Amino acid sequence: MKNDLENRTGVPAHVISRRKFIRAAAATGGAGILSAGLVPTSAHGRADKAPQIARPTATKDVTPFKVHVPQAALDDLKKKLAHARWPDKEPVTDWSQGVPLAKARALAEYWRTHYDWRRVESKLNGLPQFRTRLDGLGIHFVHVRSKHENALPVILTHGWPGSILEFMQVIEPLVDPTAHGGTADEAFHVVIPSLPGFGFSDKPTEPGWRLPRIANAWAVLMARLGYSHYVAQGGDLGAGVSSWMAKQRPSGLAAIHLNLPILFPPPPPPPGGYTAAEQAPLAQLAKYASDASGYASIQGTRPQTLGYGLADSPVGQAMWIYEKFQAWSDNKGDPAEAISVDHMLDDISLYWLTDTAASSARLYYESFAKDFARMPLELPVAVSIFKGDFFTPPKVWGEETYSKLFYWNEVPKGGHFAALEQPELFVAELRKSFALVR
Amino acid sequence: MSQALIPEATEQVRPFHISVPQEAIDDLRARLRATRFPNEQPVKDWSQGVPLAQARALVKYWESRYDWRRFETELNSFPNFRTLIDRLGIHFIHARSPHPDALPILLTHGWPGSIAEFIKIVRPLTNPTEHGGRAQDAFHVIVPSLPGFGFSDKPTETGWNLSRIASAWSQLMQRLGYRRWVAQGGDWGAGVTTALGHLLPPGLAGIHLNWQFVFPTEIAEHLSFEEQRAVDAAKSFLGDGNGYFRQQSTRPQTIGYALSDSPVGQATWIYEKFYSWTDNNGSPEDALSRDQMLDNISLYWFTNTAASSARIYWENKDASFSGGKLSLPVAATVFPREIYRAPKSWAEQTYSNLIYWNEAEHGGHFAAFEEPDIFVEEMRSAFRKLR
Repeated sequence: MKNDLENRTGVPAHVISRRKFIRAAAATGGAGILSAGLVPTSAHGRADKAPQIARPTATKDVTPFKVHVPQAALDDLKKKLAHARWPDKEPVTDWSQGVPLAKARALAEYWRTHYDWRRVESKLNGLPQFRTRLDGLGIHFVHVRSKHENALPVILTHGWPGSILEFMQVIEPLVDPTAHGGTADEAFHVVIPSLPGFGFSDKPTEPGWRLPRIANAWAVLMARLGYSHYVAQGGDLGAGVSSWMAKQRPSGLAAIHLNLPILFPPPPPPPGGYTAAEQAPLAQLAKYASDASGYASIQGTRPQTLGYGLADSPVGQAMWIYEKFQAWSDNKGDPAEAISVDHMLDDISLYWLTDTAASSARLYYESFAKDFARMPLELPVAVSIFKGDFFTPPKVWGEETYSKLFYWNEVPKGGHFAALEQPELFVAELRKSFALVR
Repeated sequence: MSQALIPEATEQVRPFHISVPQEAIDDLRARLRATRFPNEQPVKDWSQGVPLAQARALVKYWESRYDWRRFETELNSFPNFRTLIDRLGIHFIHARSPHPDALPILLTHGWPGSIAEFIKIVRPLTNPTEHGGRAQDAFHVIVPSLPGFGFSDKPTETGWNLSRIASAWSQLMQRLGYRRWVAQGGDWGAGVTTALGHLLPPGLAGIHLNWQFVFPTEIAEHLSFEEQRAVDAAKSFLGDGNGYFRQQSTRPQTIGYALSDSPVGQATWIYEKFYSWTDNNGSPEDALSRDQMLDNISLYWFTNTAASSARIYWENKDASFSGGKLSLPVAATVFPREIYRAPKSWAEQTYSNLIYWNEAEHGGHFAAFEEPDIFVEEMRSAFRKLR
């Protein structure tokens, strides 16, 4: 059965006039890549080189920030999409070798002809955004204060291939619960930073931006914003950052909530063998290791090499991420069941327009093998397991790892991108869990 | 038309002429001119992949100085053919020696190599008397492109694993009328050649490998220096050096999108391996000229085979360094900068009829490409006993 996306666009049998493309490329200087709100600068002074992003230099002040992607960048993206060169069709009938060609072409065609970046851009600019310098690096973040004075500040950290856009639908319900089925005492002040090398944060130019360093920077950020009692939340690499914050216990951090707790069976294996409840997550880990971790392996070892193809090819960047929406969200085969095509393309466009394929992949090089590990924690920890995630550890591992596990819930719907897939359930989890630490 | 056109193959052996459309060459240049690069790596070396400055220099050279037509003319100076085997069109070079008693040799490349690796050794092998050898050292040379590589067809169904390729190669040699022949390979070519050694098709007199899959299925506790060195090198390959392998063996299609659409993506994906696996002092250009590397890279680009070549990893994801015991005559040359250097002790346990063993002074994983003279000498010495 064709999905909605394919029905709407059809797979284009696009007859490309190369000559026309070449002429156009020569006339416009090939590419007009963007700066994100920022100053387009030509890196090498050559008209046919794509200008690189120049983000405004961040200072220790908290400086307001707006996103504006130059039209030339959006035009260039569409031109590149129109002239995409495709590989041959996969010799399988499913996603087992990656994104199927028909799905890839449909997504690219929708991106080129239907998708509207300005929609998400104005949505972002409707939120208070800032940049500030932390540990030498300019960090971008969304900061929305609740009108309720006693609101609990929460810092939400995205992962890869996510972004701040994962949280767009949960901001309003969190800051303004009374307008969204909650009570005033469930209100949050919300802080959503972009990880170093992601989105509108700076790209580190030196090695060492590992999860513990990011955790430390987040604590500085919260202090700079004047918060002396707050909580932290994250999944994926954001769970890594949040767990490291809990480990570091900066003053003011009261508790954390994880929607992908980094929980592996505590060594050594129990004498009687693993329980039935442990068998499924063990199988998930084995499957991940044998079949589903190629992306992590290449990002963890040669992010720069991978970065060339993804920085130059929007379809390359799109499929690198689209595959994960399919594999990790709660769907029966088509990621659009879990996340709208527009939402997927918002996230993909953010990576493309900020040219952050390589810089985001480098977080795997820095940290995936070293810091993304099971870590016993003494700080209060809350966990929501969204059952559609690719890894759903059992409560017993949480109890063995977190000495103050004060909340554990298994949510039947939603997957790895919980806030994006099931914003209402995600909000409910944060309200319920953090009610216990207010 | 951004890639080469390939005519349909039949069971006949049909001459094939390589001609990349000018439009495809122009398209490549336009793409290279419009390249968007990532930001610079935060390290000073190749540890995170191809450094930005090297990538930029390679792209600039490819766009402004590199001449595909030179390489195309060189390829067309050999007799090229295509024929249908097991429903797949297979491209190959077939250069016969003027010496009637020449020994037919089937040379199989790997990834990210191609027939380009063997171009410099074809004439010395077929015509030794003009290249420092003797008439009795002559070979008839057959150099096929693997399924999904170069000018061979791209499989549209799964199942093209090493043993199926070996079986196709055996049919090819039969179709060419060879009744007694030898086979040679490195990388996946060594995998195919080892599979031929297990298949033992009639006529196969022996094989030569420049990468030997001789690891015991269980590694002993006490190892010799050479064995320990091999274990350490294999571990490093399976750890830090394994990202491309795990990606290609699990999601070849996904990585294929970027590499099919972006020439800098395709180039650096391969260039990194020329850095990692050749005998160099820190720069791949120490081992191979920029033109040589771009010949090979351009061949991948113009045939749009990033995804289809990566699928050989998916098809053989369970391949291991324990290639199994072989009983036919096996010759081996170990090159010093190979991914790991096989210890002779393990080779003797694996190959019951090890007719030749040598450790070369120079060269790495792309032995014929890097050190054609040494490689030719190795073929002559290794196969002397089987003539």
